[in-house]
Amino acid sequence: MQSARRCPGRRVVAKQLKSPTLSATELCDASLRRIEKTKSLNAFITVTSEIAQKQAKESDERHSKGKRKGELDGIPIAVKDNFCTEGVLTSCGSHMLSNFVPPYSATVVSRLHDAGTVMVGKCNLDEFAMGSGTVDSIYGPTKNIWGSDIPFELLNSIHKKGGESSSTLNVKQGVLEEDWHIAGGSSGGSAVAVATGSCFAALGSDTGGSTRNPAAYCGVVGLKPSYGLVSRHGLIPLVNSMDVPGIIARTVEDVTLVLNAIAGPDDHDSTTIKRPHKKISLEETVNLRGLRIGIPKEYQNSLMSQEMIEVWKYAASILNEGGATVTEVSLPHTSSSIACYSVLNQCEVASNMARYDGLRFGIRGKDTSSTEQLYAETRSTGFNDVVRSRILSGNYFLLKRNYEKYFVKALKVRRLIKRDFDNIWNNNIDILLTPTTLSQAPRLSEFRQHDNQTQCVTQDYCTQPANMAGIPAICLPIRLSADGLPLSLQLMAPMYEESVMMKTALWLQQAVNFPQISLKI
Amino acid sequence: MDFVKRISVISEIKKCLGFKRSRRRVYSTLKNTEWKPVVGLEIHAQIQSASKLFSGAGTDFCSSTNKSVALFDAAFPGTLPVLNQQCVKAGVLTALALSCDLNEVSSFDRKHYFYSDLPAGYQITQQRSPLARNGILKFVVYKGGENARLYETSSQIHQIQLEQDSGRSLHDKDRSLVDLNRAGLPLMELVFKPDISDGEEAASLVKELCLILTRLGTCSCKMEEGALRVDANVSVHKEGTPLGARTEVKNIGSIRAVANAIDFEIARQIKLLHNGQEVINETRSWDSETLKTVPMRDKEEKQDYRFMPEPNLPPLHLRMRESQPSHPHMVDVLALKNKIPESPFEMRQRYQKEYNISLLQAVRLVNEDALLPLFAEAMSDKKDRNATILTNLLLNDILTVLNENSEIVFMVRDVGCITDMLDSGIISKSIARSIIAELAQGSNMSANEIVAKKGWSLISDQEVLEDLCRCAIQENEKILKKHVSGKKNGIEAFAKIVWKKTDGRANMKLVKEWFQKNLPYAGK
Repeated sequence: MQSARRCPGRRVVAKQLKSPTLSATELCDASLRRIEKTKSLNAFITVTSEIAQKQAKESDERHSKGKRKGELDGIPIAVKDNFCTEGVLTSCGSHMLSNFVPPYSATVVSRLHDAGTVMVGKCNLDEFAMGSGTVDSIYGPTKNIWGSDIPFELLNSIHKKGGESSSTLNVKQGVLEEDWHIAGGSSGGSAVAVATGSCFAALGSDTGGSTRNPAAYCGVVGLKPSYGLVSRHGLIPLVNSMDVPGIIARTVEDVTLVLNAIAGPDDHDSTTIKRPHKKISLEETVNLRGLRIGIPKEYQNSLMSQEMIEVWKYAASILNEGGATVTEVSLPHTSSSIACYSVLNQCEVASNMARYDGLRFGIRGKDTSSTEQLYAETRSTGFNDVVRSRILSGNYFLLKRNYEKYFVKALKVRRLIKRDFDNIWNNNIDILLTPTTLSQAPRLSEFRQHDNQTQCVTQDYCTQPANMAGIPAICLPIRLSADGLPLSLQLMAPMYEESVMMKTALWLQQAVNFPQISLKI
Repeated sequence: MDFVKRISVISEIKKCLGFKRSRRRVYSTLKNTEWKPVVGLEIHAQIQSASKLFSGAGTDFCSSTNKSVALFDAAFPGTLPVLNQQCVKAGVLTALALSCDLNEVSSFDRKHYFYSDLPAGYQITQQRSPLARNGILKFVVYKGGENARLYETSSQIHQIQLEQDSGRSLHDKDRSLVDLNRAGLPLMELVFKPDISDGEEAASLVKELCLILTRLGTCSCKMEEGALRVDANVSVHKEGTPLGARTEVKNIGSIRAVANAIDFEIARQIKLLHNGQEVINETRSWDSETLKTVPMRDKEEKQDYRFMPEPNLPPLHLRMRESQPSHPHMVDVLALKNKIPESPFEMRQRYQKEYNISLLQAVRLVNEDALLPLFAEAMSDKKDRNATILTNLLLNDILTVLNENSEIVFMVRDVGCITDMLDSGIISKSIARSIIAELAQGSNMSANEIVAKKGWSLISDQEVLEDLCRCAIQENEKILKKHVSGKKNGIEAFAKIVWKKTDGRANMKLVKEWFQKNLPYAGK
């Protein structure tokens, strides 16, 4: 079938559904086939074929009755495996929850279901989202499609090298088996699922960059909404005060569609804003004239690749040419942010992980000689080294004698970081433009040179300040590196100013015309 | 006051304060006057509410095991706490009733420890910024013994915080079971300053608190259901020296146990110090079987609770000033202030002053939920009603009937009417009891109608009474002889004869007056 070749991730698909050249069932089948063909990348922990086929059928029925629920009705989506899905394994990539089938669904999952979407599967992640490579999952690592053995061509490419690189990559298959490019993380599975066209959009989660980082490495669009705009109910927490459900899709328009479906108050999450979400419309194009874009100088650190710096300058110059005012600004506490993020992260991790005792859900140890022994065995076999070491250091920071020295101090720094941003916004800056990552997607061998802590410190450098301040951020691919890998930038905006941010991102997306992957399988 | 009378007063006081005679003496009599005990209470009161503090699960004490458990209560991953506004209201009402300073903004914290009945591995409480601070609880203490006395005192409240309860562990021989029905139930922890001095004061404090909370409707105070739990911090020291090492006594299951456990612990500490030993700072448990405090094994290790702010709950804002806009998500303190009823303490003071009744009578009246409205309404119906007669009628006759059957409802009209009839001598006390018995039987007549129908009003007609008195003298020569000869005063005997003849309807006051006037006794 011809449609099998199409990437179902395009908004075009939704339009096709309006004039039925492609049914939801056909689209779903195409998705499932795509998942099967790209299985070697290991984007999915669970493929929910039966659920997807049932939901697609229901969508088709609605369609035939003229009762479509909206633009997302019948559209295949995937969900990171740290969102609870009723009746479907939700493992967090951890042995601890390898048998956990939640009795309820996360609010975002329910809302996507209510919008008529078709859930094709649950995506791979670093264990409990603690990582930035999707290499620390008990279900194995997720590989990046870029530079993989999956053949594809690039459409709308202004970089003629793209097509070549894909054919070159096919040749080097044997070598790449061993040393592929990482997908980024922790929502690597979601990013790869979107990049391969296995689904239209995928939910990720973003605590320090976990949605934006893999989106950047996989050449797709990743949104971290404002804290409180999207409900966390049912998202298995990493750091409650920074976690937000993220959205990964191929285009800014697609991301916006999904955001409009899931954003808004939720009685189950007391930290969501109380006023209803006003749907973002991208119909009106943004007028760059009068838009003030800030380039925070502190984001350029010594580890940033020259290519990335060049892309950053390139995007700034085209925005400037487009009519925006681009100025250098200062966020003086940026370099302190990552250390402070680590402390807060580990403290909340220590606390949030305390519930995994094997008594009510998840795996349970065998040593029942005492409650303590049972806990110890459950937790030491259930968690990997990364999780255990964060629990250990988090508990150390929270000890009465250390609390002031670490936790309280980190909170103070967090306030300073937030104030840095506030000062910028108060100085008439509308949008900040920065890289998402310091470089293109590293190879596994490069990535593995460092421990998890160092990996995260490097990977999250540009992304975690937005989580510290709660502000929205979106990353989108700008152009390919010399190696043929995506280089992405991110835009940040004041709290709840998603609308102007998305419009600017859309303008940039159209201006850079980044190539789309089209699989040749 | 002679000895016998005093004993009976003491036992009456004990009875009315709800003190049951303890089965045996529970603490050593060793008391060294140089040691001064210091006692501070921490009381967990379960907030009366249909659902839990942070989840929608029910709070029914009788529901079967693990049935009132929401996913949040079992700490399922991804679930979040949602604060129950009704519980905040109850906490605010309680804080207002105890004259606390409310915090306009309070916040929640996580207190971490591993235990099988604590599903999340932490308890959500208010450590840094509690709901309220600096309150006071005034109460009345009765002390028995050689110098029996009834006195008013008070204890300061350090803070009131909202927190969730843990579940319950049940340990069998070879297994442990957990019931999460209690996990997440809403609690108010009231932390009192260490400013009371013995078990009796502590027990009186708890009693008064129960009175206040049940009247407010914020806690059932059923200690037997664990709805009110008392922990006592006890230490002893010498006047003018720093406080001694303290112990915390837990598992105190009743008001009587509060007094016993604390007094035992004070005596134990004094004895230790007296023998040159040290008091160890530890948690002890009250054993209601052996009537002793014993060290608690599983609390031996010193815990570091690793407190941390609860990130999933925004700060709790209260509307305290008119200038603040009201908001559906905000508890309005100004509106709740008008709902605070008169405190038992104020009520007692007012009754003593307005109606000239004794402190003891006031204490007894205010303690009785069933009598209090009868008293208040009967007095407000008729301001010059004899409050002493009314109080005695309520506390003796009516209460006796109600104690046998609490279902019986007496009408204010009847209680007032009986009081007035007693006051004006239309009926005697025994008639009053008969009327009450009739009413208790479910008579559809009023007290007035009963008296009229049964012809129970006292005979106060002078001529009729004179005939009756003369008749009694004539028919009882023996008594008369002794009386006249000065051997034995016969007035009481004659009066009793008249009383019997009239089935108790003769106005005894007038009868006795007639005898005294017409048959004065000359003997000694």
